[in-house]
Order: sequence, then C-alpha cells, then structure tokens
Amino acid sequence: MSIEVRVPTILRSFTGGEKAVTSTGDTIADLLTDLDAKFPGFRGRLVTPEGGLHRFVNVYINDEDVRFLGALDAKLNAGDTVTILPAVAGGQ
Amino acid sequence: MLTIDAEILKAIVAHARRDHPDEACGVVAGAIGSDVPSRHIPMENAARSMTFYEFDSREYLRVWREMDDQDEEPVVIYHSHTATEAYPSRTDVSFAGWPEAHYLLVSTREPDVTEVRSYRIVDAAVTEEPVRLVNATVDDMAVQSYLFGQTPVAVDYECRA
Repeated sequence: MSIEVRVPTILRSFTGGEKAVTSTGDTIADLLTDLDAKFPGFRGRLVTPEGGLHRFVNVYINDEDVRFLGALDAKLNAGDTVTILPAVAGGQ
Repeated sequence: MLTIDAEILKAIVAHARRDHPDEACGVVAGAIGSDVPSRHIPMENAARSMTFYEFDSREYLRVWREMDDQDEEPVVIYHSHTATEAYPSRTDVSFAGWPEAHYLLVSTREPDVTEVRSYRIVDAAVTEEPVRLVNATVDDMAVQSYLFGQTPVAVDYECRA
C-alpha cells in the first residue's frame, strides 16, 4: 500500500530534491527499509546504529508523533501520510 | 544579514524575559523566498528547562503545516540562553536542522541588557551575521536594551563548551 512521505529540506539531497515521495510498508521500520532501497543512506539519517529512532528526528503518521505509537513498530494504514521533521532543540 | 522589524524583535525579547529562567523558543515565519520575517510564533519549550529547549512535537507539526498552507517558511528560529552568552552551543549546532533559517539567540543572563545575535548554521558550521532593525523608533525612556554582536575578526573556538 502506498504511503506519502514528506521530507524536510536536509534530507532532500537523498530524494533528488523532492519534498514528497511515495513509499510502502506495514510499519515505520518497513517504510524506512523501502525508502533506503530507493534512496541509499536515507535510513541511516533516521535510525541509530543501535536500531532506534534518532533523537534529532521527529516522525509523524498523520498528526501523531510515532514515539507515542511504538516508534519504529508504529503501524501504517493505507492513505496515511508520514512526515519527517528534524527536531528543533538545543541547550546552553 | 538578518533584517527584522523592531516590533517583532521586541516581542521575541519579551517572550524570552517572560519565560526566564527557562529557555524560550519560537519561530518567525515569512513568505517563502522573501527572507523577511513577518509572523512571530512563540512556541512552547516542551523541555521547560533552564538549560535545554525543544519544540513540542505536536505544536511543531501544526505550525509547520500552517506555514506550508500559507506559503511561508521559518525565516527565524530563535531561542534564549538564560545564563550564558547568546552564542550557539554544541547542542544547538547538532540540532540545527533548517539550514535556510536564521538562528537567533537571545541571552537574558543580565537583567538590564538583552543580548541578541544571529547566525547561519549550515553543515555544523556557525557563521555569525549582523542584525538590521527595521522601523526602530527611538525610545527616550529606554536604557540601551540590545547588544548586537559584530562578526569578530579573530575567534577562539577552543573555549566553547
């Protein structure tokens, strides 16, 4: 089932400048695997070597932050839109 | 260079003062490609900390969608430091994910003076830029309230925490 993925500026170098791409997967983990196959290196910007979602990135399924839906195990349904935004944070 | 309306900067400083000693954060949106910050959006610091800030993830998505609907982009992303200088920390740099934005730092460490400095942060490189105020009116009652950093000729980065 095809899922629309919205990509922030800093990841558009992977997608040839496209701000929205189509991908597939039953979970966020599957989706990222598919995205990585289409755009090599993409997954590594979102997932740490330990296999968790990167602290610097927010991923949403429609309006919900996937951190509240099981993170990489979050389930996708047909017609969902996934939005990726770099976390805006900092400190002294 | 960051060009910004004096009223907007005043509102940003007021926001930082209001939230002091917690760090304050927010955005000023502007028409895509204009480089003109026109709509001030103070955001919630979900970390509610004196030494850390983070956009609330839900509010972040909502604000970004609104900007998109109105053909706007984040021209300025700002936050305050409440005990240190208005310079991007290593954490600030590591989280700087919008290379098109001007990163505005406000320091409220002194009660009578607010330091305001602006930077571009691209590929982890920090470049300070001058801040130009538009529509500034002279307020006879005001003590000098803003300090603008000038790009230094020689910078010692080794001491940065």
